[in-house]
Parts: sequence; C-alpha cells; structure tokens
Amino acid sequence: MTDAASSAPARAAGFLRRYPVVTLLILLAVLTAGLQVTSLIMYGKPIVNQLWFGNRLNYAIALAMLAACQTITMFTGGIDLSAAVVATIVAFVTATLTPSLGAGPAILVAMLPALAVGLLNGFGIGVCRVHPLIMTLGSGLIATGFLLVYQRTVIATGTEVPAALVWLGTGRTLGLPNVLVVFLPFAAFLIWAQGRWGFGRLLYAVGANENAARLSGVRIWQVHMALYLVAALIAGLTGLVYVGQIRQASLSLALPLLLPAVAATVIGGTSIFGGRGSYAGTIVGAMILAVLVSLLTLLQIPEGARRILFGAVILAVTAVYVRLSDQG
Amino acid sequence: MAETDSASPVLDATGVSKRFGPVVALHDAALRVGRGEIVALMGANGAGKSTLVKILTGALRHDGGTIRIRGREGHFASPAAARAAGLVPVYQEPSLIPHLDVADNLRLTRTPREAFLRWASELGAPDVPLDEMTGRLPLATLRILDLARALASEPEVLMLDEMTAALPTDLVERVLKVVRAQADAGRSIIYISHRFAEIAAICDRATVLRDGATVADLPVEPGVEEKIVEQMLGAALTPVVPAAHAAAAVAAAGPPRLRVRGLSVGPRLSDVSFDLRAGEVLGVVALEGQGQDQLFDALAGFRRPDRGTIEVDGTARSFRHPADAIAAGHTLVPGNRADALLMVRPVRENIALPLIARPAKWGPINMREEAAIVAEAIARLQIDTRAQGEARRLSGGNQQKVTIARWIATGVRTLLLFDPTRGIDVRTKRQIYGLVRDLAAQGAAILFYTSELKEIQAACDRSIVIFNGRVVDEIAAGEATEANLMRAAYGLTGRDHAAGVPA
Repeated sequence: MTDAASSAPARAAGFLRRYPVVTLLILLAVLTAGLQVTSLIMYGKPIVNQLWFGNRLNYAIALAMLAACQTITMFTGGIDLSAAVVATIVAFVTATLTPSLGAGPAILVAMLPALAVGLLNGFGIGVCRVHPLIMTLGSGLIATGFLLVYQRTVIATGTEVPAALVWLGTGRTLGLPNVLVVFLPFAAFLIWAQGRWGFGRLLYAVGANENAARLSGVRIWQVHMALYLVAALIAGLTGLVYVGQIRQASLSLALPLLLPAVAATVIGGTSIFGGRGSYAGTIVGAMILAVLVSLLTLLQIPEGARRILFGAVILAVTAVYVRLSDQG
Repeated sequence: MAETDSASPVLDATGVSKRFGPVVALHDAALRVGRGEIVALMGANGAGKSTLVKILTGALRHDGGTIRIRGREGHFASPAAARAAGLVPVYQEPSLIPHLDVADNLRLTRTPREAFLRWASELGAPDVPLDEMTGRLPLATLRILDLARALASEPEVLMLDEMTAALPTDLVERVLKVVRAQADAGRSIIYISHRFAEIAAICDRATVLRDGATVADLPVEPGVEEKIVEQMLGAALTPVVPAAHAAAAVAAAGPPRLRVRGLSVGPRLSDVSFDLRAGEVLGVVALEGQGQDQLFDALAGFRRPDRGTIEVDGTARSFRHPADAIAAGHTLVPGNRADALLMVRPVRENIALPLIARPAKWGPINMREEAAIVAEAIARLQIDTRAQGEARRLSGGNQQKVTIARWIATGVRTLLLFDPTRGIDVRTKRQIYGLVRDLAAQGAAILFYTSELKEIQAACDRSIVIFNGRVVDEIAAGEATEANLMRAAYGLTGRDHAAGVPA
C-alpha cells in the first residue's frame, strides 16, 4: 500500500482524515509540553501537576458540556446561541429556590425554563423554518429578559448552591475531580449515540442533505424539535455543574463560556456546514482551549494581547485542521 | 410563407463548433435567419440546441466557425452585447428577478414602460400589476411579461425558447399571432419548440440539429413533421427488438398497484391517468418539461396535486410528505443524485437512512442487522465499495446505485425511477436495466422515466407518453421503436393530437 509518490503532507492529511481525534490529542500534548517548558524556563518550576490538571479538567468539562449543545446542533448545520443563557438561568433559579424548596425540587423547577427555551427553539427552527442562528439568538435574548424579571421578584431571598453541586464541582476523589462522575457517562453516551442511535445518525443526515433525508421519509421538523429540546436540557445540566464549580450564582454565570464552546466544537473538527464531526473531537477541543488559557495566563500577557492571541490561535488551528481534513 | 431574404440574412452562422473539455457539443452547426423569417430550431435531447442558442446570444463563446450578423463577422462577448446588437432571447425559465416588482424589473433593463404595457396587453395580459413582486405572479403571466419586455426593446432577432410551454390555450393563440405579425413586419425570429402544430402554423423553415451538427434545413410545408423526426433520429435507427420481457403483469385481476386518475399538478401537469400493475415496468416518455417532474414529485409526496386521485392497491391515498408516500410503498430515485445522497457520509449510512426515519427507530441501532441489510443491498447492486467512506468519492454510476440500494434494502413495492441512468456508464446502465427487470419479476411495480428513448425497449413492458402535461399515447414494448417514441413525444400521434395546441 506504500505509495512512493505520496508526499509527507499528503500522508499526514490521510492520517488526519482517518483519525482526527488522535491528531487533536497530539496537538494537546504538544501544547501541554510547551506550557511545561515555558513554566520551567520562566519560573524554574513545573506548572503541570495534579492540582493544575484537576483545575484545567474542571474548566474543560464545563466548556465541553456547553460545547455539546453546539456540537449536536452543528451536526445539522445549526447552532445554539441560547445555551449559555439557559445554563445561567437554570443555575440562578436553582440557587434562589434552594433555600425555600430544598435542592431536589429547586433543580426540577429550574429545568422548566430550559424545557421552554428548547421547545421554543425547536418550534421556531423546525416548524417556522427560522435560521438557528437567529432563532437561538432571539430566544436567548428573550430568556435573558425573563431572567432579569425573575431576579427582581427574588431580590430579597438569599441564594444557596446545593451542597451536592458544590461537591460535584469542587470536590476530588483520589485526586480526580468528582465531576467526572457526571461527565464520563455523559460523554460516553453522546459518543455512542451520535453514531449508533437512529437519532444521532439523523442529525448528520439532516446536516449533510436535508432533501435526501426528507426523500428517505424523515420529517425534518421532528428532528429539529427533539434536537433543540435535548440541547437545552444539556445546557441546563451544564449550568448545574458550572454553578457547583463557581459556588456563586450570578446573572452572567455561563455567558463567557458561549463563544469558547463554539470554538471548542469547531477546533474539534465538527463542520459548521453540518454533516460531520464528533463529540470526541469537541472534548479534546475544549481541553486544548483550557491549556491555551493556562499558557496565555502563564506568559503574563496583558488582557488585550491575550484575547488577540486567543482569537488568532483559534483561527489558525481551525484553518489548519479544516485544510488538512479536507472539509468545506 | 414569407419571402426568404437569403441573399443577405440577418444572422448567418456556419460551421460553429464548441467543446467542453473532451466533450464535443457542436462540431458543424449552422443557422441562417433572413429578414422577416421565422426559423424553427429542432433537435433531440443532447443534439446541441441549447449550446448553439447560448453561443448566438453571447452566453458562451464558440471555438470555431463563423457567425455573421447583418453580413459582418463577429460574436457577442456577453448577453448584454447581444441585446445591444438587437438579438433578444426569451428563455424557457422566467428571467424577471423575483424579488423586485415589475416596474423595477423594467427599470433594470431600461425597458420603455409604455411599449411594455402595450405589448403585454396585446399578448393577453392587459392589467399588469406593476407594483407586484414578480415572484408572486403565476408562471404563465411571467412568460408573457418576458415576451412583452423582449418585444418592447424592438429586437431585430427574437429568440424564443419553448415560448408556449406552460401557457393556457388562449394565450398560446395570441402569442403565435403576435409572433407571426412581428415576422411579417420584418423582424426575424428563431423559434424553438417541441410542438409541431405551432411550427406548422407559424414557421417558414426548420433547421435540424443532430449530434452537434446541422443536418437539415427544410421549408415548412405539409408533412414536414415526418421528415424532421427522421432527421432528428438520423439514419442509424436501432432495429426493433421484439419485447424480450415475458414478465406479464402479476395478478392481472384485482386493482392495480397504482391507479392514477386525472392528476393535475401546477401549471405543467394536467389530467394524467394511468395504471401500474405489480410486476410491471411502465416507461414514461416525455421531452424536457412536459410535466414528468411534477408527476414524480406528486407520486413521491414532494408536492400535493391540485386535482385527481392516487390509488394504491385500490385505496385512495393522499401524500402530505414523502414519509406518507413511503408508507404507501412509493420510493423515489430522483433525477439529480445530489438531491438524494448524503455526500459527506459513508455509503452504509446512505443506504440505511430510511431504516431510521421514523421516531420509533431513533433509539439504538442494531448494528449487526443493519450491516447485513446494507451488505446484501451492496452485493445485489454490485456497488464498488473501495471509496465507501464518503458517498461523494464514488463514481456517478456507483452513487446512483447507492440511491437505488437504499430502497432495495427495505424491500421495494413501487419504485419511481426518474431518469436513473443519466450521465452514467454503459456497463452500469445495463446493470440497472437488469435490476429493474429482476425487481419487477419479484413483484415490484416500477415507473421508469427516461430521457433516452432506447431505454424503453431495454427495460419496460409498455410506456406512456406525456406531452404538454397530458398522456397522449400508450406504446407497448414491441412497438416502442425510437421513431415511434419520438413521434409520440412530439405529440405526433393520432390520439389527443392537439393537446392544448391550436391547429
């Protein structure tokens, strides 16, 4: 099978196509090594240790969970810009209701807004055929408005993050973050379902060619309806995990995670045009971003330059990845 | 008959050639149009008609040959240059911009409004809504407005491509009258039409293209239709192969698998009726745009018919979505493979797609069962799976096989094949004919539209001919020679001859 004529880049590209996640892992390893070397040179001591690892993993997991919403919607060529707002609302409502209702009922009630936003998105995109970017932007803004109204009604009551969520978000067992208890099954399920559940396959099918899916008997609106509902519930779950990490609910809790989550998805190899990608790639993409943030902080670059570098790195990684894996 | 000013023709193209890569579209095309003349441009699918028209109207550049306009050699660098020189085309598809109102469309092309309105009224559209969004107007009105706009620019040569398609009978009469009057007033017209009745009514000469060359230039006189068909087909007619298929329709008694009655869809398809029995392959013969697309769309659940009934096994059905049609056993292989395939997904997912369409099947997939179903379909269609990682990397023939395999995998009841062999190699074509016969022998009912007439004999038991949105003939396999089919496709059969065309 060896082809003498095939150049090294061509073979590398072939390898990338077959094992995209492996390549991303290599990139992750290189970045981590770079971080370690930088730390040794600048401070004479290593940065990558168990504490750092747990800390970065926590951040990467919150990011990867919010990125799950972007990944599954992007399979169909869509996006979910309301995810961060939904996560924030679920976290905020949980924290404000816990003192009066207790943790369990508070979480259940808090998931209702997520359900509502998911249904609204699904109806708008699936039935009214609004573009997902517009629909989720709009529903996110509407939900933000409701959150502000809600905040006025509960201004007197205190907030409390349920102890179980704090344990999940900040606790460690055998040196590993407790959040893995939630995240490992979550990730394993998504990776299994994306390729081996009928619904997962349909997401790719709708993204690859909506007309072909319709021709094969798929009612597209049903897929969109279910998809955006699932995405909103995942966003709600992310809110619960994240508020446990931060230990303080606020009106802008998960909002800074939104665009990094989109970036993690794209870096992870999911095509924004729909039809291909994998949640496994998104997870590695989130970890790459987590290490990148660490590296930029370590270099003590001022905030402005840090953002510039962050944006440039995302563009560069995505460009290289898209080119090599022959997308678009 | 108007006198032919052949001494100094307005437009004189000779020896025109055009290649697209290795494909020779034209090698010796000629067309001469004198002042005050209407010349019909004729040719079967793929003869090079549209390429010649595009060259003459400046949309394409020719490789060789000469084009003289009023005696001066030259060519048009762009459609705009052609218009400026007085050669104005009216194409089959409406050319007004749908998101602008009529008045803005006129301004865009600097068309004088008064003249436009006068022509529109002359052509049977007296009250043109100038402030209406063009996209909201019915197709027939759009075509009339296109023609009115062309006439308002006072062209020297008017090129009309299937001008009367999609027009109701009264408008057709008006259009023909206006066009003839234009010629009598000294303008020249190139008239492309599939309707012999119209050609006989208004044209002076007919120029026939075959395989990229002009093979005849005939004066239009009684009986010219037969000569034109002869020239379009060429001398090398395939001999009549007796119907090799003994696959008589299974269960001749009882209701047919599919009974279509009085089906009308949009402006193109009106009042189509036919029966399709289990075990039968029914060919559909039609020139481009005679309503066959709408027929297949309606049967596959993509469009709702305006009138008429679709009965499956004796029960009336109405399809609101392709899923409804599939539930009734109707499975479509569309003409354009890009419409049917998930190009960036593996062959396996393409074939297994219908298996997971219903929400009840959205859960975990039985991978072993699916692999077996897919493998069987792949083996049956002999799909080359060397590039099965992404459907787009397959050859055209293999892609087409995948779109068929999708339905084989689930068991075929009624298969709707829309030009399934377009653009694929001969070997694959033969495999598809064989497959179609096999499926029929196993009890499937198959509706087979093809743009290649010789396929009717290769695969079908009988065929219906659709012309101008109606079934004009039914031809048994034994009589389905290319000449017979061609004549019928041009509406030259005894039955329902006029079919909405004024004599």
